Amino acid sequence: MALTKQEVTKIARLARIRVTDEEKDHYAKEISGILQWIEQLQEVKTDGVPQMVSVADIRLPWREDKVTDGNQQEAVVKNAPQSDYGCFVVPKVIE
Amino acid sequence: MTSLRTLTLAEMRDGLKAKKFSSVELAAAHLDAIEKANPEMNAFITITRDKALAMAKTSDEKIAKGEGGAIEGVPIGVKDLFATRDVLTTAASHILDGFKPPYESTITQKLWNAGGVMLGKLNLDEFAMGSANITSYYGTVKSPWKKDGKALVPGGSSGGSAAAVAADLCPMALGTDTGGSIRQPASFCGIVGIKPTYGRCSRFGTVAFASSLDQAGPITRNVRDAAISLSVMCGHDAKDSTSVKMDVPDFEKLLTGNIKGLRVGIPKEYRPGGINPEIAQMWDRGIQLMKEAGAEVIDISLPHTSYALATYYVIAPAECSSNLARYDGVKFGLRVLPEGGGLTDMYEMTRAAGFGNEVKRRIMIGTYVLSAGYYDAYYKKAQRVRWLIANDFTEAFKKVDVILTPTAPSAAFGFDYKPTNPVEMYLNDVFTVPTSLAGLPGISIPGALNKDGLPLGLQLIGKAFDEAAVLNAAYALEQAIGFNAKPMEKAA
Repeated sequence: MALTKQEVTKIARLARIRVTDEEKDHYAKEISGILQWIEQLQEVKTDGVPQMVSVADIRLPWREDKVTDGNQQEAVVKNAPQSDYGCFVVPKVIE
Repeated sequence: MTSLRTLTLAEMRDGLKAKKFSSVELAAAHLDAIEKANPEMNAFITITRDKALAMAKTSDEKIAKGEGGAIEGVPIGVKDLFATRDVLTTAASHILDGFKPPYESTITQKLWNAGGVMLGKLNLDEFAMGSANITSYYGTVKSPWKKDGKALVPGGSSGGSAAAVAADLCPMALGTDTGGSIRQPASFCGIVGIKPTYGRCSRFGTVAFASSLDQAGPITRNVRDAAISLSVMCGHDAKDSTSVKMDVPDFEKLLTGNIKGLRVGIPKEYRPGGINPEIAQMWDRGIQLMKEAGAEVIDISLPHTSYALATYYVIAPAECSSNLARYDGVKFGLRVLPEGGGLTDMYEMTRAAGFGNEVKRRIMIGTYVLSAGYYDAYYKKAQRVRWLIANDFTEAFKKVDVILTPTAPSAAFGFDYKPTNPVEMYLNDVFTVPTSLAGLPGISIPGALNKDGLPLGLQLIGKAFDEAAVLNAAYALEQAIGFNAKPMEKAA
């Protein structure tokens, strides 16, 4: 499976990582190589084999739906690059 | 004072209790050595001198009153992947610039509750992605071991942890292991590292890489110290839904060194045609020593072994691409916002500037294998092969109690080693990744020195939640091997 430059553009866009034109060529080559290596999995017969989502042989635990924490606004925004009035500030989204 | 630093964790614990030395003395001896060694070695990203001395003072007060936890007053290094309250936590990434968590990870909290003293935060591969500690934003870590006077990598991703423990800069360091990140650096640095069963250690507050694989574990200079540390770290935590409710044994008490009748499996797939002869020789000697100690050695087969790495390099990047979506320049860390740029510009520029190449590549592979049209062919397929790999172990453990293999395919390499493609570097984890995919406990102990005088590691793998058997077998083998080599150039 060889990745085209357009596909790299699409993946980078999905991953929200800005890549330069030069980087696209580099990633196309490098990721293609890795994907070719991963192709070996197609040799393995997996008909009827279950998908292993987790090794933990447990059902996700249930708990009562009640508030156990809160009033941490200051702590929550403390590490934000920009915050005002206890909220995260981002560039204007809606004109 | 070198003598204090060369003590084992158990000796420090006992000496503190017997008031032979104080925790403050112990912390100061380590801090002085760290400050001297670090400019060259770069094992620590942050040295927390004031915090360490304050914690040590509190420990001394407790000890004076006859109080204190299981490791009261013992100094510890923390891989910088664990959130530590109000202390810079970087995951060795530019994107977490300045991040000081307002909370503490469960694992570090357990260590502090037991009396541990934090020396600082240890360097690692960025977001724990790497096998040589060469992807850190904070620079490479140098192993205290050298080859013909030339610097070597400490392994990765817990490279700072392994280097610091090997150089006597701390008796124990926290590591994390996703595909071998505790065991492989322990092997490269001639020390001990154990990854417990998935679910044993809480993942709360550990910066996530691949959530179905990540586990914390201790890196120490011997098996007893690993057993002591692991008992402190394990246990159920309501804040991690995959943490298991199961009693935690006192692993140290279970170290008898008696392995008479223990069934030890030797998987033939771990001896491929091109195996390094020095590795094969070390492994054979380990097998022989286990026989001499009364163990029953049984040949086994783990038929899907050769597919483990490719499986891992679908599943781990897939999970990382989801986990690392949170780094967006909004809530913490780096923000890059070009003049007049919008929200998407901010996301894309922040992530382009904040992540290193290895991380970006894995995020993109993960994004690709999870994207529409490729999900079935890559991701679902890998999950099915993962089941087969885990099932190989389930079948093998019907016949044996533990499995003995090499930890890594080679000794540590130099910084001039330039793989021709990323896959070549991934091969470092060929012997450790299958255990991770199956969620099983695995330990690496030093097996021998190669002809260059560099350590090679042996790995013991156990049944799920049978860390006790793994540790005891490792303890017996450790006694039999009698490995006592230290790095040639010690930190002063």
